[in-house]
Amino acid sequence: MATPDALLVILRHAPHSSNWLREGLDAALVAAAFGQPVHLLFMGQGIMALLKEQGSGALGQKATLPTIDMLEMYDIDKLWVAEGALQRMHLSTDSLVDGVSLIEDQEISGLLQQHAKILNF
Amino acid sequence: MIKYGFLVMGAPYSSPAPHSALRFAHAVLARGHQIAGVFFYHDGVHNASSLMTPPQDELNLREAWTELNQQHAVQLDVCIAAALRRGLMSESEAQRHGRQAFNIALPFELTGLGQLLELQQRTDRLITFA
Repeated sequence: MATPDALLVILRHAPHSSNWLREGLDAALVAAAFGQPVHLLFMGQGIMALLKEQGSGALGQKATLPTIDMLEMYDIDKLWVAEGALQRMHLSTDSLVDGVSLIEDQEISGLLQQHAKILNF
Repeated sequence: MIKYGFLVMGAPYSSPAPHSALRFAHAVLARGHQIAGVFFYHDGVHNASSLMTPPQDELNLREAWTELNQQHAVQLDVCIAAALRRGLMSESEAQRHGRQAFNIALPFELTGLGQLLELQQRTDRLITFA
Protein backbone atom coordinates (compact mmCIF):
# COMPACT_ATOMS: atom_id res chain seq x y z
CA MET A 1 0.00 0.00 0.00
CA ALA A 2 3.01 2.27 0.08
CA THR A 3 3.28 4.70 -2.80
CA PRO A 4 6.63 6.41 -2.81
CA ASP A 5 6.29 10.15 -2.66
CA ALA A 6 2.61 10.05 -1.72
CA LEU A 7 1.37 12.89 0.45
CA LEU A 8 -0.62 11.86 3.52
CA VAL A 9 -3.20 14.42 4.58
CA ILE A 10 -4.57 13.86 8.10
CA LEU A 11 -8.00 15.27 8.84
CA ARG A 12 -8.96 15.47 12.51
CA HIS A 13 -11.77 18.03 12.58
CA ALA A 14 -15.49 17.67 11.97
CA PRO A 15 -17.30 19.66 9.31
CA HIS A 16 -18.74 23.07 10.29
CA SER A 17 -17.12 23.48 13.72
CA SER A 18 -14.18 25.23 12.09
CA ASN A 19 -12.56 25.71 8.71
CA TRP A 20 -9.95 22.99 9.39
CA LEU A 21 -11.64 20.27 7.38
CA ARG A 22 -12.38 22.48 4.38
CA GLU A 23 -8.87 23.90 4.23
CA GLY A 24 -7.32 20.48 4.78
CA LEU A 25 -9.34 19.04 1.91
CA ASP A 26 -8.34 22.03 -0.24
CA ALA A 27 -4.68 21.20 0.36
CA ALA A 28 -5.32 17.55 -0.61
CA LEU A 29 -7.14 18.55 -3.80
CA VAL A 30 -4.43 20.99 -4.86
CA ALA A 31 -1.73 18.36 -4.30
CA ALA A 32 -3.70 15.87 -6.39
CA ALA A 33 -4.25 18.48 -9.10
CA PHE A 34 -0.46 18.94 -9.18
CA GLY A 35 -0.15 15.23 -9.91
CA GLN A 36 1.00 14.14 -6.45
CA PRO A 37 -0.48 10.86 -5.16
CA VAL A 38 -2.57 11.76 -2.10
CA HIS A 39 -3.76 9.52 0.71
CA LEU A 40 -6.18 10.67 3.38
CA LEU A 41 -6.37 9.59 7.01
CA PHE A 42 -9.48 10.51 8.97
CA MET A 43 -8.96 10.50 12.73
CA GLY A 44 -10.99 11.62 15.74
CA GLN A 45 -13.85 13.94 14.83
CA GLY A 46 -12.50 14.01 11.29
CA ILE A 47 -14.36 10.80 10.52
CA MET A 48 -17.60 12.79 10.63
CA ALA A 49 -16.57 14.27 7.29
CA LEU A 50 -17.40 10.89 5.78
CA LEU A 51 -20.96 10.55 7.11
CA LYS A 52 -23.00 10.01 3.99
CA GLU A 53 -26.21 11.60 5.21
CA GLN A 54 -24.77 14.86 6.44
CA GLY A 55 -26.31 18.14 5.30
CA SER A 56 -24.92 21.62 5.01
CA GLY A 57 -24.08 23.51 8.17
CA ALA A 58 -26.01 26.22 9.95
CA LEU A 59 -26.12 29.82 8.74
CA GLY A 60 -24.97 29.30 5.20
CA GLN A 61 -21.96 27.08 5.85
CA LYS A 62 -21.17 25.10 2.74
CA ALA A 63 -21.51 21.33 2.93
CA THR A 64 -18.27 19.37 2.74
CA LEU A 65 -19.81 16.13 1.45
CA PRO A 66 -19.69 17.30 -2.20
CA THR A 67 -15.93 17.73 -1.77
CA ILE A 68 -15.64 14.21 -0.36
CA ASP A 69 -17.64 12.93 -3.34
CA MET A 70 -15.22 14.74 -5.66
CA LEU A 71 -12.10 13.01 -4.30
CA GLU A 72 -12.36 10.14 -6.74
CA MET A 73 -12.23 12.53 -9.68
CA TYR A 74 -8.88 13.70 -8.34
CA ASP A 75 -7.63 10.11 -8.10
CA ILE A 76 -7.72 10.27 -4.31
CA ASP A 77 -9.00 6.79 -3.54
CA LYS A 78 -7.09 5.88 -0.38
CA LEU A 79 -9.29 6.99 2.49
CA TRP A 80 -8.18 5.52 5.79
CA VAL A 81 -10.48 5.72 8.78
CA ALA A 82 -9.21 5.19 12.31
CA GLU A 83 -11.22 2.30 13.66
CA GLY A 84 -11.00 3.49 17.27
CA ALA A 85 -12.63 6.80 16.35
CA LEU A 86 -15.54 4.96 14.73
CA GLN A 87 -16.06 2.86 17.85
CA ARG A 88 -15.85 5.84 20.20
CA MET A 89 -18.61 7.58 18.23
CA HIS A 90 -20.67 4.40 17.96
CA LEU A 91 -20.64 4.61 14.18
CA SER A 92 -20.37 1.77 11.71
CA THR A 93 -18.89 1.83 8.23
CA ASP A 94 -22.46 1.55 6.87
CA SER A 95 -23.01 5.17 7.83
CA LEU A 96 -19.93 6.32 5.92
CA VAL A 97 -19.45 6.94 2.22
CA ASP A 98 -18.27 3.98 0.14
CA GLY A 99 -14.66 3.07 -0.45
CA VAL A 100 -13.08 3.75 2.93
CA SER A 101 -10.46 1.48 4.47
CA LEU A 102 -10.39 0.87 8.21
CA ILE A 103 -7.10 1.09 10.02
CA GLU A 104 -6.55 -0.03 13.59
CA ASP A 105 -5.19 2.61 15.91
CA GLN A 106 -1.96 0.68 16.55
CA GLU A 107 -1.29 0.52 12.79
CA ILE A 108 -1.40 4.28 12.37
CA SER A 109 2.22 4.81 13.38
CA GLY A 110 3.24 2.37 10.62
CA LEU A 111 1.14 4.33 8.13
CA LEU A 112 2.84 7.57 9.15
CA GLN A 113 6.24 5.94 8.71
CA GLN A 114 5.38 4.99 5.14
CA HIS A 115 4.86 8.63 4.22
CA ALA A 116 7.73 11.07 4.03
CA LYS A 117 5.31 13.90 3.40
CA ILE A 118 2.47 14.55 5.82
CA LEU A 119 0.14 17.50 6.31
CA ASN A 120 -1.90 17.51 9.49
CA PHE A 121 -5.19 19.38 9.74
CA MET B 1 22.77 21.45 7.72
CA ILE B 2 19.04 20.80 7.56
CA LYS B 3 16.76 22.80 5.32
CA TYR B 4 13.46 23.58 7.06
CA GLY B 5 10.12 24.82 5.85
CA PHE B 6 7.39 26.07 8.21
CA LEU B 7 3.63 25.81 7.90
CA VAL B 8 2.05 28.32 10.31
CA MET B 9 -1.69 27.89 10.91
CA GLY B 10 -2.22 29.62 14.28
CA ALA B 11 -3.45 33.21 14.55
CA PRO B 12 -1.29 35.85 16.22
CA TYR B 13 -2.15 36.57 19.89
CA SER B 14 -4.81 33.81 19.90
CA SER B 15 -2.53 30.84 19.44
CA PRO B 16 1.01 30.21 20.68
CA ALA B 17 1.88 28.86 17.21
CA PRO B 18 3.45 32.02 15.72
CA HIS B 19 5.60 32.60 18.81
CA SER B 20 6.71 28.96 18.83
CA ALA B 21 7.53 29.12 15.13
CA LEU B 22 9.63 32.25 15.53
CA ARG B 23 11.50 30.88 18.55
CA PHE B 24 12.14 27.63 16.68
CA ALA B 25 13.28 29.61 13.64
CA HIS B 26 15.89 31.52 15.60
CA ALA B 27 17.03 28.36 17.38
CA VAL B 28 17.67 26.42 14.17
CA LEU B 29 19.29 29.40 12.44
CA ALA B 30 21.63 29.84 15.41
CA ARG B 31 22.70 26.21 14.95
CA GLY B 32 23.59 26.80 11.32
CA HIS B 33 20.51 25.31 9.70
CA GLN B 34 18.49 26.97 6.98
CA ILE B 35 14.84 28.01 6.70
CA ALA B 36 13.73 28.07 3.09
CA GLY B 37 10.31 29.56 3.67
CA VAL B 38 7.23 30.00 5.79
CA PHE B 39 3.76 29.28 4.45
CA PHE B 40 0.84 30.91 6.29
CA TYR B 41 -2.42 28.99 6.04
CA HIS B 42 -5.72 28.69 7.94
CA ASP B 43 -5.84 31.31 10.76
CA GLY B 44 -2.08 31.76 10.37
CA VAL B 45 -2.73 34.22 7.52
CA HIS B 46 -3.49 36.91 10.12
CA ASN B 47 0.23 37.02 10.89
CA ALA B 48 0.67 38.98 7.69
CA SER B 49 -1.71 41.84 8.44
CA SER B 50 0.02 45.19 8.08
CA LEU B 51 -2.71 46.67 10.29
CA MET B 52 -1.60 44.53 13.23
CA THR B 53 -1.02 46.99 16.06
CA PRO B 54 -0.36 45.42 19.44
CA PRO B 55 0.50 47.67 22.43
CA GLN B 56 4.02 49.03 22.19
CA ASP B 57 5.38 46.84 24.96
CA GLU B 58 4.32 43.67 23.14
CA LEU B 59 6.10 41.93 20.30
CA ASN B 60 4.64 42.84 16.92
CA LEU B 61 4.55 39.45 15.24
CA ARG B 62 4.33 40.81 11.71
CA GLU B 63 7.48 42.82 12.34
CA ALA B 64 9.18 39.74 13.78
CA TRP B 65 8.40 37.81 10.59
CA THR B 66 9.56 40.73 8.45
CA GLU B 67 12.84 40.79 10.37
CA LEU B 68 13.26 37.06 9.73
CA ASN B 69 12.81 37.73 6.03
CA GLN B 70 15.24 40.65 5.96
CA GLN B 71 17.99 39.06 8.02
CA HIS B 72 17.82 35.49 6.77
CA ALA B 73 16.09 35.74 3.38
CA VAL B 74 13.21 33.56 4.55
CA GLN B 75 10.39 33.64 2.01
CA LEU B 76 6.98 34.54 3.51
CA ASP B 77 4.06 33.12 1.51
CA VAL B 78 0.41 33.59 2.43
CA CYS B 79 -2.34 31.37 1.04
CA ILE B 80 -4.52 33.62 -1.07
CA ALA B 81 -7.77 31.67 -0.60
CA ALA B 82 -7.38 31.49 3.18
CA ALA B 83 -6.42 35.17 3.29
CA LEU B 84 -9.25 36.53 1.13
CA ARG B 85 -11.99 34.77 3.06
CA ARG B 86 -10.57 36.22 6.29
CA GLY B 87 -10.34 39.78 4.96
CA LEU B 88 -6.64 39.98 4.18
CA MET B 89 -5.52 41.14 0.76
CA SER B 90 -2.81 42.92 -1.16
CA GLU B 91 -3.29 46.16 -3.05
CA SER B 92 -3.80 44.38 -6.37
CA GLU B 93 -6.35 41.97 -4.87
CA ALA B 94 -8.17 44.90 -3.26
CA GLN B 95 -8.46 46.52 -6.68
CA ARG B 96 -9.63 43.28 -8.26
CA HIS B 97 -12.34 42.79 -5.63
CA GLY B 98 -13.34 46.45 -5.38
CA ARG B 99 -12.18 46.88 -1.76
CA GLN B 100 -11.08 50.23 -0.37
CA ALA B 101 -8.20 49.02 1.76
CA PHE B 102 -5.50 46.41 1.72
CA ASN B 103 -3.42 44.91 4.50
CA ILE B 104 -0.88 42.58 2.91
CA ALA B 105 2.35 44.01 1.60
CA LEU B 106 5.90 42.88 0.94
CA PRO B 107 7.77 40.93 2.18
CA PHE B 108 4.58 38.84 2.51
CA GLU B 109 3.36 37.46 -0.78
CA LEU B 110 -0.07 36.10 -1.61
CA THR B 111 0.24 32.80 -3.35
CA GLY B 112 -1.53 29.50 -3.92
CA LEU B 113 -1.43 26.22 -2.03
CA GLY B 114 0.89 24.87 -4.71
CA GLN B 115 3.59 26.94 -3.03
CA LEU B 116 3.11 24.94 0.20
CA LEU B 117 3.60 21.66 -1.64
CA GLU B 118 6.61 23.09 -3.42
CA LEU B 119 8.06 24.15 -0.05
CA GLN B 120 7.54 20.62 1.25
CA GLN B 121 9.30 19.22 -1.85
CA ARG B 122 12.39 21.37 -1.56
CA THR B 123 12.99 21.12 2.19
CA ASP B 124 14.23 18.29 4.38
CA ARG B 125 11.60 18.97 7.04
CA LEU B 126 8.29 20.79 6.94
CA ILE B 127 7.26 21.70 10.48
CA THR B 128 3.65 22.59 11.27
CA PHE B 129 2.81 25.20 13.90
CA ALA B 130 -0.91 25.15 14.59
